Amino acid sequence: MFTHIARRLLYAIPVVWGVVTAVFILMAVVPGDPARLMAGQRGDPATIARIRHDLGLDLPITQQYTKYIKELLRGDLGMSYRNNERVASAIKTRFTATMRLTLWAMLISVARGLTLGIISAAKQYAIFDYAAMFIAILGVSAPVFWVGLLLLLVFAYGLGWVPGVGAGDGSWRYLVLPAVTLGVRPAALLARLTRSCMLEVLNQDYTRTARAKGVSERMVVLKHALKNAMIPVITIIGTQISDLLSGAVLTESIFAWPGVGRLAVEALVNRDFPMIRGAVIVLALTFLVANLIVDISYGFFDPRIRYDTE
Amino acid sequence: MNTNISVKVKNVKVESGEGLLQELWRRFRRNKLAMLGLIMTVTIILAAVSAGVIAPYDPIKQLIWTEGAAAKLASPSLTHPMGTDLYGRDIFSRVLYGARISLQIGIFATLVALLIGVPLGALAGYKGGICDDLISWLVNVVFAFPFILFVLAVVSIFQNPSLYLVFVAIGLIDWVFICRVTRGQFISLRSREFVEAAHALGLPTWRIIFRHILPNVIAPIIIQATLGMGGIITLEAGLAYLGFGAQPPTPSWGLMISEGQQYIAQGKWWWSFFPGVAIMYTVLAFNFLGDGLRDALDVRQKR
Repeated sequence: MFTHIARRLLYAIPVVWGVVTAVFILMAVVPGDPARLMAGQRGDPATIARIRHDLGLDLPITQQYTKYIKELLRGDLGMSYRNNERVASAIKTRFTATMRLTLWAMLISVARGLTLGIISAAKQYAIFDYAAMFIAILGVSAPVFWVGLLLLLVFAYGLGWVPGVGAGDGSWRYLVLPAVTLGVRPAALLARLTRSCMLEVLNQDYTRTARAKGVSERMVVLKHALKNAMIPVITIIGTQISDLLSGAVLTESIFAWPGVGRLAVEALVNRDFPMIRGAVIVLALTFLVANLIVDISYGFFDPRIRYDTE
Repeated sequence: MNTNISVKVKNVKVESGEGLLQELWRRFRRNKLAMLGLIMTVTIILAAVSAGVIAPYDPIKQLIWTEGAAAKLASPSLTHPMGTDLYGRDIFSRVLYGARISLQIGIFATLVALLIGVPLGALAGYKGGICDDLISWLVNVVFAFPFILFVLAVVSIFQNPSLYLVFVAIGLIDWVFICRVTRGQFISLRSREFVEAAHALGLPTWRIIFRHILPNVIAPIIIQATLGMGGIITLEAGLAYLGFGAQPPTPSWGLMISEGQQYIAQGKWWWSFFPGVAIMYTVLAFNFLGDGLRDALDVRQKR
């Protein structure tokens, strides 16, 4: 198990380096002078030159790169162009909000997806099955920002059960709609996958044996079958991390949720490049860490994987 | 001698009674969802191609100037099946024209993705070794980015976002899916006899890759490209929604959803609602089509 984790960690290093470098290149080819942008309309050449010096923009590109890497290793993401704020501290406060949203979205989607999938499989071809799978197909194909708007229309403006946009005082009532919205797609995928996996497992010999032993149908489904249908579920969670983080960018924008995704979009509108750079790096690292956890938990759930990862 | 062989081959074909395409079509037709996907896709293409003829109104004509305030945010009715927006533009007409934008982006972004993904995937899969390591590393790096932020960042580098930029940017990220599929296929085929035979004949690598292996892996690539269309169209809609894709007054579905969203709170739901249905319909169409193609083309693979 230890070598499995160590190997995974080792694999991640060149990818992290690639991400960080790609972001540097992307920002280096941006046309326009950041110093001029910071100095604003009234900036005289002397001010601009001073800002250029302060930012290290007068250095050759290779030195800028080493400086950038060194700063990153210290956890320094530079200064925002817009307000005199450190990018790292701005992101730190927003990151908690994004994690809270994404984790709840994941929990909700797993709960919804598993329940729908299990019931559908247990009652195959019943009306519930058809209805659930129809909803799941719609859920897979609906754009997340549109789903969010519809939920707002019905539950916030129509029924008034939950407040509208924003994070408010941070109570769960503000979290429900964004988390449900973000979880629609993974829940739908999960429901479909759980159903097909369960159906496969329910036809296996050992399930028949369990039934023949006189185990109640409820126990067959929940204990014997479900356990074996869990591996694909982890797979789908793994593949959904990227979707969840991308979806978070949109969901945060609709619900004015104060997370990193919205911060990034605002920074893009303001052309605040250090902020964009920081947000992209943080989200990409989050993705890599989450993937690492999924990879490692595979080895935990299915011992076979530990030995033949090569 | 040579002629003899070719005659034999021809005979076999005649005996089997149907060509490959016919057989595929027969298998495809049996799959109800696949046929539904095909019909849906055809309707979208028809809408896009003939929008100029079937749309009842000009998509950017603001009817409030000719018909007065009654045309402003009118709810769905017989004259305006999907209602009108704040400027009195007919939403049904705009949704029809929107199909053009979405299909264009979908097709061109997919082409960009194929142009990058197929050669790289082929190279990685066929060559293996350091070549594979490098390309796989690149794929992993691209995968780590939240897709929408990557595309947003690329688009925002340039001051005026144009549709060309959007599909190039989407292609720059979508190629990783194509690359993965191509690589996997090449790995499974590279040690087969016909490849070894071509190698033994002394054929150059590019010829083996493109003439001998590629025709055998076209099917999975087409399936992946079809399934990817939905994702691309959703991504473009997301970009437009955030204001980085198509610009007003272009009738783009994502843009329409964002334009109408502030009126949802007032109960004027139709402006944002119908473009979303159009996106969902299109994504569904390509998903069904892709799944159907997979079932029809890919007999060897069980998902």
